[in-house]
Amino acid sequence: MEYVSPEGLRLDGRRPMEMRQIRAEIGAVSRADGSAIFEMGNTKVVAAVYGPREVQNRSQQMSDQALIRCEYSMANFSTGDRKRKPKGDRRSTEISMVIRQTMEACIMTHLMPRSQIDIYVQVLQADGGTRSACINAATLALSDAGIPMCDLVTSCSAGYLNSTPLLDLNYIEDSAGGPDVTVGILPKLDKVTLLQMDSKLPIDILENVMQLATEGCKAVANYIREILLENTKQLEYRRGV
Amino acid sequence: MRGLQLPLTQTQKVRLQNALQQLESLSSKVNSDASVTVADSISVNHEEGVLKGHGTADINGDLVATLCGVVERVNKLVYVRALRSRYKPEVGDIVIGRVVEVSQKRWRLEINYSQDAVLMLSSMNMPDGVQRRRTAVDELNMRSIFEEKDVVCAEVRGFQRDGLHLQARSQKYGKLNRGQLLTVPPYLVKRQKQHYHHLEQYGVDLILGCNGFIWVGEHVEAKDDMVEDQVNHSNRNSASLEEQEKNYTALETRKYICRAANAIRVLSTLGFNMTLEIIKGVIDLSLSLNLDIHDMLGSEFYVLVAEKEAERRSSSKKKR
Repeated sequence: MEYVSPEGLRLDGRRPMEMRQIRAEIGAVSRADGSAIFEMGNTKVVAAVYGPREVQNRSQQMSDQALIRCEYSMANFSTGDRKRKPKGDRRSTEISMVIRQTMEACIMTHLMPRSQIDIYVQVLQADGGTRSACINAATLALSDAGIPMCDLVTSCSAGYLNSTPLLDLNYIEDSAGGPDVTVGILPKLDKVTLLQMDSKLPIDILENVMQLATEGCKAVANYIREILLENTKQLEYRRGV
Repeated sequence: MRGLQLPLTQTQKVRLQNALQQLESLSSKVNSDASVTVADSISVNHEEGVLKGHGTADINGDLVATLCGVVERVNKLVYVRALRSRYKPEVGDIVIGRVVEVSQKRWRLEINYSQDAVLMLSSMNMPDGVQRRRTAVDELNMRSIFEEKDVVCAEVRGFQRDGLHLQARSQKYGKLNRGQLLTVPPYLVKRQKQHYHHLEQYGVDLILGCNGFIWVGEHVEAKDDMVEDQVNHSNRNSASLEEQEKNYTALETRKYICRAANAIRVLSTLGFNMTLEIIKGVIDLSLSLNLDIHDMLGSEFYVLVAEKEAERRSSSKKKR
């Protein structure tokens, strides 16, 4: 199948280096300490953060830092065919662990000893790149909750089909069986916190694809920064003196 | 807007937008310029020897914000004040909490902090008012003082090794009955001289806890500790069932309690500061419009409150 037409257009009309449209909203879950909805094209994800609060399980309490827990689940209606087990299957457990490790790298846990921070991420609509959308949503939700972080974490995926590096794969391109590289970075510190890949790729092409994904992450970071700044200003002027 | 899931008609949307824009124009320009996001660098003159406060971090020699908020500078201290975050306790704050556990010689209260606060048995007045050492019998009878899910008002005593300690040694503090507990974000409640307010015209008590928990309830007369010939109230618990039934709150008072609670809910959703004047203003507005209590949570009242607040702030700015 042709994923990149001879004119250089992909299946959904994008150019190879073009990302899908991103949209974010803060404060979707009013009950949570911090929450956000993040959309990358048709992929929609909601993240809710509770914490820092008292540790539920006393045996897991750490006297010098906060405990980070993360749960990833996909809604039954998020995929084409109705999903039977929203969480607890191997993929969800793996992605939960991945998101937890990524966020733990940037949250300053030593500032909140003996407490627990819960991150719940749920996919409402899955169209490729759910992992990246979840990490972006979790970053927004953590900032909304006022949890100190050393930097934002943004994530984006890239692939290689028809000998072209493609940025931000959707579901059809993802299921093509080609390589899918997910990168998560700390944009200000310019460090990589997450690097995952499916399938096989020669190492010189991997560099290109990873570079492309990193550019995508930086674009997401700019957007997230704008949204957070706008939100902070709004809260401040509403509150008044 | 967070929490506002009401359908607004086109005119209501336009009016709300105008009111919010007016509030934005009235706000301090300094604060909006000083807003930062995570990982924004804070401009600092390096020769000054700046003290790096909360919400900042020194990364590669650069001062960087770790929170989303507003940068505050006090002499040499630079810190970032986060808006929506959990409560940050200070000694002497009046807080309201809910009992989650009765354990050995202490109660654990949930106060919207990163841990549960501890109220020691020894920091609590005994029902008979006598100052004495707490015995094992007292410890077994702890449940008769506070149980799980009770709402308690107390003061922050300080941080000890096992967490935050509270004390409820005066008659002002203790169990709160006959009223509603509301949760608002802590940044909307400022620390002031008075946290207990008695709205005389309505017969309603209003306690603004610094942790964002607000109590609205029937007015309770504060008993004086020092008066010796006061009637011993320990017999009150054995009152007959008919007497207890007669002790219910009057309908009018209950209506006022609900009105005050709804006023606080509206203000919290709109994100306005919680002070006594503003809350009273909203209650008066609803009474002057003869609104039903449940209509206060409708879209029209939200828009009216936003407009009124914009008016109030602009008039107070003109006075200055």
